[in-house]
Amino acid sequence: MSRAAYDVAIVGAGIVGAACANECARHGMRVVLIDQDSAGGGATNAAMGHIVVMDDSEAQFSLTRYSQQLWQELKPQLPDDVEYEQCGTIWVAADEDEMQAVRRKHAYYSRDGVPVEVLDSESLRRLEPNLRNGLAGGLLVPEDAVLYPPCAARFLMERARAAGTTLSFGVQVSRMGNGCVRLSDGTEFSAPVIVNAAGAASPMLTPGIEVKKRKGHLVITDRYPGLVRHQLVELGYLKSAHSVISDSVAFNVQPRRTGQVLIGSSRQFGAENNEVDHQILARMVQRASHYMPALAHTSAIRVWTGFRAATPDKLPLIGPWPEDSTLYLATGHEGLGITTSLATARLLVAQITGGTTEIPVEPYLPARTGSMEHLHA
Amino acid sequence: MPEQITLMVNGRSVSVARGATVAIAVTVAGMHCRNSVTGEPRGPLCGMGICFECRVEIDGALHQRSCQILCASGMNVRTNEQGNYKTI
Repeated sequence: MSRAAYDVAIVGAGIVGAACANECARHGMRVVLIDQDSAGGGATNAAMGHIVVMDDSEAQFSLTRYSQQLWQELKPQLPDDVEYEQCGTIWVAADEDEMQAVRRKHAYYSRDGVPVEVLDSESLRRLEPNLRNGLAGGLLVPEDAVLYPPCAARFLMERARAAGTTLSFGVQVSRMGNGCVRLSDGTEFSAPVIVNAAGAASPMLTPGIEVKKRKGHLVITDRYPGLVRHQLVELGYLKSAHSVISDSVAFNVQPRRTGQVLIGSSRQFGAENNEVDHQILARMVQRASHYMPALAHTSAIRVWTGFRAATPDKLPLIGPWPEDSTLYLATGHEGLGITTSLATARLLVAQITGGTTEIPVEPYLPARTGSMEHLHA
Repeated sequence: MPEQITLMVNGRSVSVARGATVAIAVTVAGMHCRNSVTGEPRGPLCGMGICFECRVEIDGALHQRSCQILCASGMNVRTNEQGNYKTI
């Protein structure tokens, strides 16, 4: 058995764990970053990579906006392979009901200084000529961006390593608690602070936390430059993504720098295996071609699945876990882990060091979960 | 002598025997099918629709496997994809 002393031991080298390691190291802490696979092995590598401001709740809005601004600050330092492109999001409104949602969203975002533009049917068509005829309009959020998550996670991890972080990859974590992370080969890492950033696997390491797996499918096409120009999300997504009981699909497509198009999205609870579910895949692709008929004539070159780490109130768990004074959580980011990774790291480190934060930490504290058990359907 | 049909490859008129695949027309035109993402020339390798190396644009549709599609009169074939990477 080997022992090593660190200031902080972080379990999970997805984009959240990598961002936390980098932030801790930047604050002079001795960090070990631990993952049973390699960097970004879970939801990070499976994700679309959409940097998006979302307004499901005040707290979600604050966190996503703050984190989007941190990505903008980091942008000049990002290597080319991170493929950060500020292509903007268009929330697509199918009918007049959804146009009302566009106007509500416009008012909400504008109030907090987020640039937004309401698009009528014609301007939507001009910006995205391959969308079907007859859509009512949309909301353009020009500061939203896309990136390639595996390389973004690797960039943050390499920065952490350059600042002295130790990496421990490839050996399973058998348990963590009381200032110690124990691996299946007997290795132990002791630290006064240990962080569970294991995403969908986090409840296995910390029983009792309110995180459930939510399966998703993605398709990537061959190269069709110009077919899609912005990240396009149907406003109906807000309805389907909110349902915590039934499987849902929504039109959500993303242009990649290569001209490839990522096609999403699906949400399933209770689906434990990672195999492609052809029924839900068919629904997802049909939904996409319903909005963008040209997609039906493209070649898909790969389909895969991943597991989001979902919480009942759609907010991540960031901060101390009340049942173990050494244990902090940085998990439960569901579909917003890429966006909110940088803000998560800032909020976590402030709580570890007793520093101040740009936004209030309370909405994301794990201690809130005692009162939200009833939210899980 | 088999019936000849005429189609366009990169704007040039090419005649081939009826029954010829688009890959043959591209070869007759003295072109290759596509460039790899690193700019290397590509053409039919497997000849049976598996390798995707022979993709061309046919009548505006990208990524068509030229080894699997028969030439048709008046077809418009382009080997230089309008990609953001190097084209021939």
